[in-house]
Amino acid sequence: MKVEAKPKDVVDRKVVTGADVFIQALVNEGVDTVFGYPGGAVLPIYDALYRSNAKFEHILCRHEQGIIHAAEGYARVTGRAGVVIATSGPGATNLITGITDAMMDSLPIVIFTGQVGTNVIGTDAFQEADIIGITTPITKYNYQVTNIADLPRIVKEAFHIAETGRPGPVVVDIPKNISQELTVGDFETDFYLPGYQPTVNPNPLQIKKLSESLRRAKRPLLLAGAGVLFAGATEELKAFAEKYQLPVTTTLLGLGSFPGNHSLSLGMAGMHGTYAANMAIYESDLLINIGARFDDRLTGAIKHFAPNAKVAHIDIDPAEIGKNIKTNIPVVADAKAALKALLLEDAEDPDHKSWLEKINTNKETYPLWYERSSSEISPQWLIQQIYEETNGEAIITTDVGQHQMWAAQFYKFDKPNKWVTSGGLGTMGFGFPAAIGAQLGAPDSQVVAIVGDGGFQMTLQELSVIYQRKLPVKIIIVNNEALGMVRQWQETFYEERYSESLLSENPDFVKLAESYGVKGMRVDKEAEVPAVLREAFSYDGPVLVDCRVVKRECVYPMVAPGKGNHEMIGVTK
Amino acid sequence: MRRIITATVQNRSGVLNRITGMLSKRGFNIESISVGTSETEGISKMTFVVEISDSQKLEQLTKQLNKQIDVLKVSDITDKAMVARELALIKVGSTGQNRNEIQGVITPFRASVIDVSRDSLIIQVTGKPDKVDALISLLRPYGIKELSRTGVTAFLRGQQPQPLHEVNTLLI
Ligand SMILES: Cc1ncc(C[n+]2csc(CCOP(=O)(O)OP(=O)(O)O)c2C)c(N)n1
Repeated sequence: MKVEAKPKDVVDRKVVTGADVFIQALVNEGVDTVFGYPGGAVLPIYDALYRSNAKFEHILCRHEQGIIHAAEGYARVTGRAGVVIATSGPGATNLITGITDAMMDSLPIVIFTGQVGTNVIGTDAFQEADIIGITTPITKYNYQVTNIADLPRIVKEAFHIAETGRPGPVVVDIPKNISQELTVGDFETDFYLPGYQPTVNPNPLQIKKLSESLRRAKRPLLLAGAGVLFAGATEELKAFAEKYQLPVTTTLLGLGSFPGNHSLSLGMAGMHGTYAANMAIYESDLLINIGARFDDRLTGAIKHFAPNAKVAHIDIDPAEIGKNIKTNIPVVADAKAALKALLLEDAEDPDHKSWLEKINTNKETYPLWYERSSSEISPQWLIQQIYEETNGEAIITTDVGQHQMWAAQFYKFDKPNKWVTSGGLGTMGFGFPAAIGAQLGAPDSQVVAIVGDGGFQMTLQELSVIYQRKLPVKIIIVNNEALGMVRQWQETFYEERYSESLLSENPDFVKLAESYGVKGMRVDKEAEVPAVLREAFSYDGPVLVDCRVVKRECVYPMVAPGKGNHEMIGVTK
Repeated sequence: MRRIITATVQNRSGVLNRITGMLSKRGFNIESISVGTSETEGISKMTFVVEISDSQKLEQLTKQLNKQIDVLKVSDITDKAMVARELALIKVGSTGQNRNEIQGVITPFRASVIDVSRDSLIIQVTGKPDKVDALISLLRPYGIKELSRTGVTAFLRGQQPQPLHEVNTLLI
């Protein structure tokens, strides 16, 4: 959704500053929300913001890590670039975790950092950090503005690069003298990036080849990743799967790209994926990857990954094809364009009834399982209750750890863009601020942040924001008084030596929430869970629920590190 | 295997840093990089000599280079008809007595003496890397005080034999 450019309507004075030019450039991009934190090098920008009548919201998080994760949550649910402003030096370096996270998970983010004046760059001036040098390996692209005349064009390019092709973060570093400079300039915004021309439409020969293979396949399987979501191709994916009766598994980040309750859905594959999904990968003779990058948490030991399959890989980023897994049919394209082209091909119904039967038997015989506690709240059961109480329609954000995997396993995502999690980087502290961005990006949706008691404490200061902005985010702390996932690995691989993974000195989360003005609730009895959740979800405002769950629960099934996907442990009780 | 890869890039600030950073992050083993302006203003030409273990890695390298927003074109010219040259400056100890002898050593290499002082000579040589290697090893007994090589820069020849049977090495 792009707002029409309204040139010059916020800048009504003739002579303006670089900062005014910058604000106008954001307005021209149709920005409606900015996540930021002020400081010396961006004072001119914050002054311009104050003076401007631009209609966008500025969200002041309480830590720069909060603003960048919020921007990621916003980008994930809207598909549009999340916009971040931070000051130079420490403001900018506090963003690094989030920028890396966005790079790993291909999220469109445009980050504006203040910089010391161009006359002192390179002198170790106060709050100078080489943010271009620091962010080069973790951005899709970055710029330092050294001439005010370039500013509008650079802003335009930055949004274009962030949002198109394989999305990613772009940093624009603006020295203070540039934002202070006076100008009457009406600057050129046209740009041409000859080295950046993403291939959107597939090569017809490759599509033919893929259809041909599909016709011959006896055990075909679709693997859907976040590329399907970025391309807005969920309808096409469903049509394609149904047309040829192809079973579908997804990556962690691909959840929601195919309805989780669909009869052809195998759920998530990989380290904590379903048995049916991982065995289907192992046994398939044609694996069609659409918009996933064959991450090692998906593949397990490469030598056991889809050992009998011809591999087709549809990806907008050619560098992902063949990077980890040898690929027989590469298709460089946007997922939607490729699926549309595939749907036009008429491969007569491939016959793989017995394959589907086998898969269905696996699904029925080895479903996801857990031992429901008789005295305490089982975390998996808690997720199922959240699913029930939200009718499966909430936007779920998570932090990183056991609760994240349980949410991925037990919340069946039927719709796209409702799942916000940190995949590639696995960033603790992501879940709660991401929920803030998600709620701002989707104001009418129920947003639930499912977090661990460990990770929540990394970014809990953003309770101020949900109070201040009256954002009805519901925080569910899956409180096992431990860094659960670390504890699980120590239990399984380090003979229960729980080195620094037990959190017995947690704060009183209810009082903590209340001190921020946020409603706090605690629940430790299973019988009370439905009522507590109902109260929380129907409450008109932010709520934190401290859910005391079984402390020594493990996530199963699991592919142990170094093992193949067919060697899962904990498949049954 | 050793490959020669050239890239045409937009001369934006930070482009070299972005490319070398990517190469080191992805674990590519670079023997040399040379960069300079090209016939077109704003466009630079880079030449990489890389040691690469297999064709999958090679494909990754060219794809990762191509993916860079400032990179316009990437070519692996190893198997093409091409010229590859580098320049080296070599400072050798020389007392005057052996100056003629050194001159005799460098003449077949078409190298030249570009600086003379009381106890040293600076020799400039241009050519294929193995020629430069050969001269350096011949000069070593005289005592090399300082050595600086530019790294290879390479070009396709004007005419490409079709098909090309002989596989190039840096010896061409
Ligand atoms: C920033 C960061 N630091 C450390 C880790 C390593 N780590 C992965 S999961 C985990 C434990 C998370 O504990 P908690 O937030 O309580 O969630 P749980 O696993 O108990 O559900 C840790 C420490 C990480 N992923 N991110």
